[in-house]
Amino acid sequence: MNSVFVYCELEGTKVAEVSQELLTKGRKLANTLGVQLEAVAAGSGITGKVESQILPYGVDKLHIFDAEGLAPYTSKPHTAVLVNLFKQEQPQICLMGADVVGRDLGPRVSSALHSGLTADCTALEIGPHEDKKNGKTYENLLYQIRPAFGGNIVATIVNPENRPQMATVRSGVMKAEVLDPNYKGEVIIEDVAKFVPEAEYVTKVLDRHVEAAKNNLKGAPIIVAGGYGVGSKEGFDQLYELAKVLHAEVGASRAAVDAGFADHDLQIGQTGVTVRPKVYIACGISGAIQHVAGMKESGIIISINSDENAPINTIADYVINGTVEEVVPKLIKYYKQNSK
Amino acid sequence: MSLKILVLAKQVPDTRNVGPDAMTPEGTVNRSALPAIFNPEDLNALEQALRLKDQFPGTTVTVITMGPGRAAEVIREAMYRGADGGYLLTDRAFAGADTLATSYALATAIKHVCPNVDLIIGGRQAIDGDTAQVGPQVAEKLGLNQITYTEEVLSLKDGKITVKRHIDGGVETVESPLPCVLTVNGSAAPCRPRNVKRVMKYKRCLAPMELAPETTFADLPYASEYEKKPYLKLGQLSCADVNADLQQCGLAGSPTKVKNVENIVFKAKESKVLTGSDEDVNGLIQELLASHTIG
Repeated sequence: MNSVFVYCELEGTKVAEVSQELLTKGRKLANTLGVQLEAVAAGSGITGKVESQILPYGVDKLHIFDAEGLAPYTSKPHTAVLVNLFKQEQPQICLMGADVVGRDLGPRVSSALHSGLTADCTALEIGPHEDKKNGKTYENLLYQIRPAFGGNIVATIVNPENRPQMATVRSGVMKAEVLDPNYKGEVIIEDVAKFVPEAEYVTKVLDRHVEAAKNNLKGAPIIVAGGYGVGSKEGFDQLYELAKVLHAEVGASRAAVDAGFADHDLQIGQTGVTVRPKVYIACGISGAIQHVAGMKESGIIISINSDENAPINTIADYVINGTVEEVVPKLIKYYKQNSK
Repeated sequence: MSLKILVLAKQVPDTRNVGPDAMTPEGTVNRSALPAIFNPEDLNALEQALRLKDQFPGTTVTVITMGPGRAAEVIREAMYRGADGGYLLTDRAFAGADTLATSYALATAIKHVCPNVDLIIGGRQAIDGDTAQVGPQVAEKLGLNQITYTEEVLSLKDGKITVKRHIDGGVETVESPLPCVLTVNGSAAPCRPRNVKRVMKYKRCLAPMELAPETTFADLPYASEYEKKPYLKLGQLSCADVNADLQQCGLAGSPTKVKNVENIVFKAKESKVLTGSDEDVNGLIQELLASHTIG
């Protein structure tokens, strides 16, 4: 039977967390289907260094592509690796991370193989599908579940006819779990030249800086914002912790910035950044009009405030009457308890 | 040196400004409540194209958009800001296309209108789908290299382009031979505003698809204008015009099928008031997780 494949993303010789999360999910899908889980790692000087980061997740076969031109990642050589490997191995499912690399690579591979690709899935399941138009039923399809339409609907996508069924998933959506530290998987060192013609190495990486990302308030789907009511710079640490578990960004009101609790580039409002996240969690923010101007178009607004008459409460979908230091740890605790 | 640049742009419903009336009581999308806008990152893409046009006189910037007649608005808007013209790719056969069928149609149209294109630039992703797939899929179909997540074009010379792009946790400067495909991030330079003179010049631009049924340009109030100024008639391409294979277009050419759709119902702003008790906070988290709002 055709296997489930996971493309493992590498930074140097380190396997990305998202790939390990997908290997864990891929193992479960492979078990449901009764097939093997296979992984692909492409990079430079990786042989002997990546196996122990991949096999323990229950990988039956690991294909290693080790050549100088494969790191750092560029689009065409990695596309050639996957396209030619998939033509040979005919996987039924292929998963990759929905980050810059996966979102650069996935569409190219799907375009070359004419297979369906669903971006940014939040859940993956196996199930049947009935096509009422042609009266066909399909067993064991991959349900690719994702929010769509600006997050206003959740759609389940299937690829009935084309293979592989491809999906990307964001980091942190799935949970990474080692299946067995001594899991015995086969390692295949592939001959890169057979898969990647010399002409594919077209992009030259002239310069590369990877560092702690600056904030991404504008693009963040969830924002945890703190105001004067957070009380101190240390109080913001709690917000960072909540933001970390929710995969959110931290923002601040002008009052909090002026008081020195948060950096200026985190300021949301008329004179700061205007944001439209799906969820805005306002912690100890009273809701001056200048602040509201910068966040009123947020999808769902949750206000945590000890003052039940805070102006921000009038535009909030949920108002939690309580102090930030009391409520935020509870949000973290119950999110961890209920998710995954 | 002059360049031939194509900009891929899309008209999208403004999903960022979803109000309580975005969904009908039956639970379907209320499109009339959502204004149709120029996909924001496609404007960032247009700006990168126009900067190259400023730098290299004689460069042409041509917009290609796929959609119904009203999508021609995107071409006019781009012309008001500096684009030279555009094509509306429109056909019932394109309806229901997923990203792959869309990129097939666009790639086929590109081969038809500009086989010797130097640079194809589009936004990283459209706000109604957020897939970021069409750019790379078009590149693959045309056999071109791609640079996604572009922040800025740094230089273009000797048939090579140097681009600063975002990667996870950092930035990268890469060089690619031309022709190639760029997709541009929303954090790149914003698009220049409309130019009043250009608005005056191009405001009557129309695609044939926008005319009322059974009417032609000759029936319009300013019919003679359309005779004298051919640029007022926007390019329009059907499936047959670009020799597209019907089996690869629209729903038929789409490997992905929507099995079902669940609505996330947006409430009017009637606040739900909770206390800070464990029970209330736990209940809220469960509610938000169940509706896929978080997690």
